[in-house]
Amino acid sequence: MGPLVINEIISENTNLLLAFFIGIGFGFVLEQGGFSSSRKLAGVFYGYDTVVLKVFFTGAITASLGLLFMSLFGWIDLNLVYINETYLTSAILGGIIMGAGFIMGGYCPGTSFCGAAIGKIDAIIFIIGLFIGVFIFAEGYPLWEGVFKANFMGYPRISEFFNISEGLFALMLIIVAVMMFWGAEWAEKKFPREEY
Amino acid sequence: MNPYLAGILLGLVVIAANFISGRSVGASGAIKSAIVAGVETVAPAHAETATFYKEFNEGHAGNPLNSWLVYQMLGVILGGFLSGVLSHRLTWKVEHNPRITSRTRLIFAMAGGILFGLGSQFGRGCTSGSALSGMAVLSLGGFISMMAIFGTAFALAYFFRKLWI
Repeated sequence: MGPLVINEIISENTNLLLAFFIGIGFGFVLEQGGFSSSRKLAGVFYGYDTVVLKVFFTGAITASLGLLFMSLFGWIDLNLVYINETYLTSAILGGIIMGAGFIMGGYCPGTSFCGAAIGKIDAIIFIIGLFIGVFIFAEGYPLWEGVFKANFMGYPRISEFFNISEGLFALMLIIVAVMMFWGAEWAEKKFPREEY
Repeated sequence: MNPYLAGILLGLVVIAANFISGRSVGASGAIKSAIVAGVETVAPAHAETATFYKEFNEGHAGNPLNSWLVYQMLGVILGGFLSGVLSHRLTWKVEHNPRITSRTRLIFAMAGGILFGLGSQFGRGCTSGSALSGMAVLSLGGFISMMAIFGTAFALAYFFRKLWI
């Protein structure tokens, strides 16, 4: 059955329309989760507010487990969904640059749009920065094209990489997530901050 | 909203995106589309010769703005706005730690945005498109992105503590 657009159950134009509604859901949940506040987002790095960790990892385990079950029931063919490509060098380099941007700016791209949507001026400035950053990458592309394309590993799933079943990996992910939730609850008690 | 409930709803959004469109949510890709469209409009000759724009157009037919992620991001703005209306959170403000000035906050917001924009291109997606979406389909790259983003932010947290605590 799924993915609907790939199996031509819905048209490409319907797909684009539904992208808009998926976006509404995404933005609504991020904002309700508290992701429109940079001070809340940055809190995870100091322990005073770990909402990012809780929402992000609950989202990741819900999605991975849900997709595995849907595949088991024959509702979705996971061979047809997009698996992110892995270029080892640039994935690590990009992650490091993004991490630095995260701790300085307090937002990531998706959350900054949520912040801007409710009137956060710092989020709007962050978005302007995003555009500048992407533009710098585009214009300087010949300088880093080699690094960008180095160490291509294909489209591996992490379970294939460790040579274990997807279900077993998902179970391990859930166990790790629950341990992190426990640590997060502990950190919020240990490093409390008054309302901000 | 309770963060675990928000997380479950977030997971359901990612599942819906995979089920309907065979892909998942993102953010930085929409900015890339906008930059490509902007450069093609302002400097068409440059866009035809520079490698980055040529490579983009090899993989994308038609107007760069007519893309899944662009429509999704328009939805994100509306969804965030509707949530803000419902929860009475709509106000114009520069949110910052009282120990720093608005000006400092905005300077670092700009610097952080530039770095995040640049890094998202190296990472082929940001926290949404690479880390969250990648982890949902158990992509190795998604886990690498997640660990590199959060690991670096934790490692640098001490140096930027005055911004936040």
